[in-house]
Amino acid sequence: MIAFIIQRLLQGAGVVLAMSVIVFVGVFAIGDPVELLINPDADQLTRDAVAHSLGLDQPLWRQYLIFLWSAVHGQLGTSFVFNIPAIELILQRLPATLELALGATLLAITIGIPLGLIAGLFDNSWFSRVIMAGSIFGFSLPTFWVGLILILTFGVWLGWLPVFGRGETVAVFGIEWSFLTLDGLAHLALPVLNLALFKVALFIRLTRASVREIVPQDFVRFARAMGIHPSRVLTRHILKNIMIPIVTVIGIEFGSVVAFAVVTESIFNWPGMGKLIIESINQLDRPVIVAYLMVIVVMFVFINLVVDLLYAVLDPRVRLGSTSR
Amino acid sequence: MTGSNTQQSAVPLRGAKEAHATKPQSNLSKLLAFGAEFCGSPAALAGIVTLGVVIAAAICAPLITPQNPYDLSTLSIMDARLPPGTSNFNGYTHWLGTDGLGRDMFSAIVYGLRISLTVGATSAIFALIIGMTMGLSAAYVGGRTDAAIMRLVDLQMSFPPILIALILLAILGRGADKTMIALIAVQWAYYARTVRASALVEREREYIEAARGLRLGHGQIIFRHLLPNCFTPLLVVLTIQMAHAITLEATLSFLGIGLPETQPSLGLLIANGYQYMLSGAYWISIFPGIALLVTLLSINIVGDRLRDMLNPGLKR
Repeated sequence: MIAFIIQRLLQGAGVVLAMSVIVFVGVFAIGDPVELLINPDADQLTRDAVAHSLGLDQPLWRQYLIFLWSAVHGQLGTSFVFNIPAIELILQRLPATLELALGATLLAITIGIPLGLIAGLFDNSWFSRVIMAGSIFGFSLPTFWVGLILILTFGVWLGWLPVFGRGETVAVFGIEWSFLTLDGLAHLALPVLNLALFKVALFIRLTRASVREIVPQDFVRFARAMGIHPSRVLTRHILKNIMIPIVTVIGIEFGSVVAFAVVTESIFNWPGMGKLIIESINQLDRPVIVAYLMVIVVMFVFINLVVDLLYAVLDPRVRLGSTSR
Repeated sequence: MTGSNTQQSAVPLRGAKEAHATKPQSNLSKLLAFGAEFCGSPAALAGIVTLGVVIAAAICAPLITPQNPYDLSTLSIMDARLPPGTSNFNGYTHWLGTDGLGRDMFSAIVYGLRISLTVGATSAIFALIIGMTMGLSAAYVGGRTDAAIMRLVDLQMSFPPILIALILLAILGRGADKTMIALIAVQWAYYARTVRASALVEREREYIEAARGLRLGHGQIIFRHLLPNCFTPLLVVLTIQMAHAITLEATLSFLGIGLPETQPSLGLLIANGYQYMLSGAYWISIFPGIALLVTLLSINIVGDRLRDMLNPGLKR
């Protein structure tokens, strides 16, 4: 187990390093690094001085090492727009994004898995057909367009729910959270629903496929033939077996929810890091872009690591250490 | 196992050939039989017909639209934000209304569809070619080449597509060519993985051994012998990825980092309408969205049907 964890950690470190090379080459070497670090209005003398003090007259590999060294120390430049360290800016926005992503994942699980179970168990009923047809819709509808429809319906026409911002927040351990106030919850409702919809469709399909795979197997038929109560067969035999793929996918999809939050945050004006990155791209606030990319890569490597471990813990068939092909 | 991605779970489609191999048939009659079976499902028939209409509309855009939305001389600001069904000064009725510049929405949508479909299809096909070549080489050569390519595929698939596209566009900047590069970079891995899976099996068959025994060139074996027998699964991935490419392009354009303003795809049209939506001019955003939705839905239904037909494991 420990060898497995170490192997995965090393792999993760490799990915982060590879990404840092890509980001470095993309943003620093192709673009002008001086522009990245100083005010665009500065004159030529200042530029030369900064270039020299940053060691930009040095060979590329040494520049990369310098970039890496300062990145390890959390120095990725200062935002042009907000005039505070970029990394700090990203971390300030992180809780808002996490709140949204966690809410959406929870909602997707609580709607998607039961519907998928029904569709899988009663394969030919009209109800299952409606669920499956709905899931095709869920897949086909682009997230951003659903967001617009939600705003139009609940915000503009019905006027039931607020559509912009986080609403009232409460500080716990110095971090602001929306879900602890009624107003915050109301603000959270539409973005969470928007972000969850695609994943609901995914969980319906995944659960249904797993159920249809498990139900015809001998141990389920045997349990039924023994006269075990259907609800017990469901919880002890079926659910237990379908949970392995589902839990794995929940883990993997959490990362994708964080990434997709970019779209939802932009539409609902949610002050998370996704909205920040889009604004930064449009305003050419490059230190923030670099910081966002590095933070998100580290986060993904971490999520993948956790999923791998979870998978190994849940499924005794996975032989640790021999999983890599 | 970091690279598992659920959207591609229904990929392996092997064995469909064997099922039909008993009776020798001409290619044409096989195709007709396939078409007839395909249309056996009403939903699939509706899907393919709708898709045909959408593609035809996009190709014939100048013929069926009352207005060229890029020709600024035909636009009048007096016609701006007319609700659906109103007539303008010339007595022409805008059934889908007009946008903030007085453009006829129907014309804008058909032209936007043209751009969206072109970008989606071009990038999907390029991704197919790159992914196919990589996947086939990985399976055929094996060993370290295989390990290196598949590690790259795994790595890439552990990141969500939108994130990779976002990273690339943040570095490259906005533009049609850059958006297509991002879309290709996002998608090639799906084709590579699919084709490798079937090529690994085909590689062991006798005809490949025979081709090797004849000392045919590696390129010839890969593309003339291996590829035709691995192509069917790719077709399904192509359909589904095309829908993904169109969605992703629309999303990126909506966020303002995809296509430039001079090439208003459906995503950009929706973004442009967004500012008017809160003041009640819903049609500028909603109708392009419906066009996008209809396109995606028909592609997905066709893809679903193809997958069910080509995968005997799912047949009831």
